[in-house]
Amino acid sequence: MSKVILETRGLTKHYGGVHALDDANFILHEGEHVAVVGDNGAGKSTFVRQVTAVEQRTSGDVIFDGQPVSFSGPLEARQAGIETVFQTLALADDLDVPSNLFLGRELFKFKLGPFSWLDRKTMRDRTMEALATTAVKIPNVDNPIRNMSGGQRQCVSIARTAAFASKLVIMDEPTAALGVQETAQVENIIRGLKDRGIPMILISHNLRQVFDLVDRIVVFRRGRIVASLRKDETDGNDIVSYITGVKGGTDATYA
Amino acid sequence: MAEATHGLGGLKYDPAKRTRAPEWNVFGALVLIVLIFEILNRMQGGSFLFNMRDNVDAIFNQQRLDIMILQVAIIGIIALGVTQVIIIGGIDLSSGSVVGATAMVTMSFAQTALVNGNPNPKAIFGDWAMDLPVIVPIVIGLACGLLAGLINGLLVAYTKIPPFIATLGMMVSARGAARWWSNGQPVSFPTAEYGSLANGDLLGGMTFGLLSWPGQNPAVVFVLLAVLFHVIMTYTLYGKRSYAIGSNEAAARMSGINTDRHKVLVYAIAGVLAAVAAVLLTSKNLTAQAGMGVMYELDAIAMAVIGGVSLAGGRGSILGTVLGAAIFSVIISGFTSIKLDAYYQEMVKGAIIVGAVVLDQWRQRKRTRG
Repeated sequence: MSKVILETRGLTKHYGGVHALDDANFILHEGEHVAVVGDNGAGKSTFVRQVTAVEQRTSGDVIFDGQPVSFSGPLEARQAGIETVFQTLALADDLDVPSNLFLGRELFKFKLGPFSWLDRKTMRDRTMEALATTAVKIPNVDNPIRNMSGGQRQCVSIARTAAFASKLVIMDEPTAALGVQETAQVENIIRGLKDRGIPMILISHNLRQVFDLVDRIVVFRRGRIVASLRKDETDGNDIVSYITGVKGGTDATYA
Repeated sequence: MAEATHGLGGLKYDPAKRTRAPEWNVFGALVLIVLIFEILNRMQGGSFLFNMRDNVDAIFNQQRLDIMILQVAIIGIIALGVTQVIIIGGIDLSSGSVVGATAMVTMSFAQTALVNGNPNPKAIFGDWAMDLPVIVPIVIGLACGLLAGLINGLLVAYTKIPPFIATLGMMVSARGAARWWSNGQPVSFPTAEYGSLANGDLLGGMTFGLLSWPGQNPAVVFVLLAVLFHVIMTYTLYGKRSYAIGSNEAAARMSGINTDRHKVLVYAIAGVLAAVAAVLLTSKNLTAQAGMGVMYELDAIAMAVIGGVSLAGGRGSILGTVLGAAIFSVIISGFTSIKLDAYYQEMVKGAIIVGAVVLDQWRQRKRTRG
């Protein structure tokens, strides 16, 4: 098996008395695309929030790229190479597309502390290139994204992630609010990541999408990982059985 | 990449789809208002903009233009700072009081020892503070503004109290400091160099054909600062961060921007700009009073809002504020030109500010509806 890029050992998160995530042991290999599925409240987003350090875990270890890590926040996780598309869009509505793509990692003509001179042309050109590969439809990237549709905005957000992806990409329900065409665009971006060999964790409710895109499916139920199945050794009904608890049977302790 | 391929994903690049800069709307409003006053003046047999005297060789009513530009310059300088504060989603109510406090302190270090051969009757300090080089009161003044701005910024960024409250506190305290400084007495009799700061003419009455520059330093300083901050807000990281924070502070923080530190910087700059206004104002009047700058903060906010700066943050520009300042000034001069009572002027001014905010809200709603 190829190198392990992300591993969690006994990852646990309690919110007061609520065990949102319990003893999650998760492995992601280099170049692998894994889907995380489960019912609402199964612990999918909680899991992502611990890995990206949006929240601090109660216990357990996260090993990223061969090193045990303990990020203090999402920024540090990003600097280490984990790019995330969160459910809530992290975009500045009044800025245009290049500014959003390069928010927090602007390119400069010359540096002078806060008054550093922006290299707007290069940022714009790089934005055009990044968006061109994703087939996102935007008539004019110089407009503030406030005026764009939800799908276009989500595509900008995902294009940003894809453009800067280095070691790991995490997407939390990237197509939840999108139409058919826009969903197809996002899926194309994800296939592009696969071709580039960038590993990804995809959280999704859409089983069709999951089977289309990923290599392996991890099922969460009531804060626990109840199954980890290769795509070719399972099917939709099987996954649904795990999601709903017909299979997997760790419920005994909760019942 | 070629211009023709700016459209993405099979969509043609469409220059018409480019959002029109809102400054054009403000400019349109300016032209319209000037036109209205021109018509009203013509109905009274005069002209708002144009020279009507036969014995003067000029196209424009130069006197009125001069007054309009000077009127707007000092408060306009404050408005440049207020604009930046509003763009990051804040508000600065303290600038008028900071002008007052800075005026008192600055003037105390700008005094001359002998007035008509007698000792300065308004002396605040002993001989050591008399006839200092002009740079001393300027630096002390700017430091006062910087201090007030830093306190504003630190309060907003690190105590997380609403900017409205933080700067309201500064507004009251700074006014108190201005009165305390010399027990409410005016501070007067500056050195000749200090007096020439605002009354001098850095550019020396420039003439462009039949239009001549008013040639007074407050206007020169206003224009230079407006250009400087327009460039900073448009082309530098500072501007990008300001708009990002005003648009979506959480996203800005998530992107690695130190939003707290940036806020302190923006409030500090606004404080320094208020101090620049104070130096020019005291130099122009050759005296400082504790009541200087009362209501300036509201006039400055009004200029920004009229210029299309959104109180919700994230939208607006220095250019917009300059145009807003022009509208502000045209309205005041316009009312005077049609001999409207000063009381009506204030009432209408209030209505225009409210109208500008209503318009902004309305545009915002229209936009979110798509």
